[in-house]
Amino acid sequence: MIDTIRSLGRWGLSVFERLGRGHLLLLAILRGVPELFLRFSLVIQQLFSVGVHSVLIILISGLFVGMVLGLQGYNTLVDFGAEESLGVLVALSLVRELGPVVSALLFAGRAGSALTAEIGLMKSTEQLSGMEMMAVDPVRRVLAPRFLAGFISMPLLAAIFSAVGVFGGFLVGHGLLGVDDGAFWSQMQAKTDWYEDVLNGVIKSIVFGFVVTWIALFEGYDATPTSEGVGRATTRTVVHSAFAILGLDFVLTALMFGDV
Amino acid sequence: MPLVKIRDLHFYRGNRAIFDGVNIDIHRGKITAIMGPSGTGKTTLLSLIGGQLRPDKGTIEVDGQNVHTLSHSELYALRKRMGMLFQSGALLTDINVFDNVAFPIREHTKLPETMVRDLVLMKLQSVGLRCARNLMPSELSGGMARRVALARAVTLDPMMIMYDEPFTGQDPISMGTLVNLIHRMNDAMGLTSVIVSHDVAETAEIADYIYLLSGGKVIEKGSPEQLKRSSSQWVQQFMQGLPDGPVPFHYPGTDFADDLLNGEVSA
Repeated sequence: MIDTIRSLGRWGLSVFERLGRGHLLLLAILRGVPELFLRFSLVIQQLFSVGVHSVLIILISGLFVGMVLGLQGYNTLVDFGAEESLGVLVALSLVRELGPVVSALLFAGRAGSALTAEIGLMKSTEQLSGMEMMAVDPVRRVLAPRFLAGFISMPLLAAIFSAVGVFGGFLVGHGLLGVDDGAFWSQMQAKTDWYEDVLNGVIKSIVFGFVVTWIALFEGYDATPTSEGVGRATTRTVVHSAFAILGLDFVLTALMFGDV
Repeated sequence: MPLVKIRDLHFYRGNRAIFDGVNIDIHRGKITAIMGPSGTGKTTLLSLIGGQLRPDKGTIEVDGQNVHTLSHSELYALRKRMGMLFQSGALLTDINVFDNVAFPIREHTKLPETMVRDLVLMKLQSVGLRCARNLMPSELSGGMARRVALARAVTLDPMMIMYDEPFTGQDPISMGTLVNLIHRMNDAMGLTSVIVSHDVAETAEIADYIYLLSGGKVIEKGSPEQLKRSSSQWVQQFMQGLPDGPVPFHYPGTDFADDLLNGEVSA
């Protein structure tokens, strides 16, 4: 019994210790962000590897999610003779919810895990220590540009996801199921509000980008410098990011749309 | 006055004392070797000198500055004058040899690219790898990687350079090259060198002064000749690489014959 309580206490302490380290790292990263505007080439390199390399998976997934939404939505709406509202259904589902959430989950799997593995390997091969001894702060030189790149990429990727998804829904709705294209687009335009829907979706994706990139960088930086340690850290990035995205999505949705 | 002055150094990992009251002086312009068996904390000592670790007690002064009371920016300013050669080389794996050597120059100066190129080529020429500048770190042998790392460590013309196990795992030719390079660099550039190693012959060949560490303490110190003449059996065992002596060959335990005749049979 005592042993169980003791191990529970030890586990609790280690969780709080990690949380503390994570927040300290975030502070150090944020302190390094302003000077990046003087060396923006570092961020551009990372935008390419974090953002551009994620575009393909976002495009393909967005298209299929939109197509599935088109099919499922049509089957439900047609019972009520409301199939012309398919555009609204697809657009609102994507812009408010699926765009930010699914693209963030994909981003965590594609870019987040890659960031953790990269930083973890740099740590295990002493590249980060080497930088420190060359008087180059690895947090500012390596982590901060990646953080900013993730933060900028995520909303853009979510926007691409939603846009391609709407197009996928249109392809299925109009091309396959014969929904009127004028009604599809006009109803979507009329019922999708810029502030209420689009902007709230963008805010969600910004928050997800911030959190996923933070988790990925922290896990890499905090990884045990062995191949097993880096492997475990990569897994933790994906799992913790997924929890954080889904949990925060509920909180944000409650704050944004809770009164509706 | 020594360049590095270590006084009453205590450092613990958990309950285990890695250093238990160590005093070391590293003199300017000399090659000082820190030697000892694996696990005596030689690499830890370099991390402590470089300010990457903090001692539990005692002081480390480099060029008159107490490393562990410096602010972040003061510590980084001091590190610009210290070079370190890691055992793995610690080259940045996503850029080539040229860019690796140019990295500290580009980070700390605003020199035009033509001058960066000249400086990098000079440093690479001195380690014999000028024509390997377009290779990626993954294309280098272990010895070549260490030579590139050496070129990188001296690009900003530091006052001292720390070598972490520079000879480990090297073939005889690479070993000879590195021994020669470390010696030549120290003399030509007026460096102060600290070598952490357990390769006795190579280190003794170029070191001016040797500290032998074991069990968290300095066991012996002196010039290579003084150590070779030491009356301590432990020092003799270490310097001559004898398999048995004060450090036993066998892991301590029960008597062999006793174990064979009366030992328990595990399932």
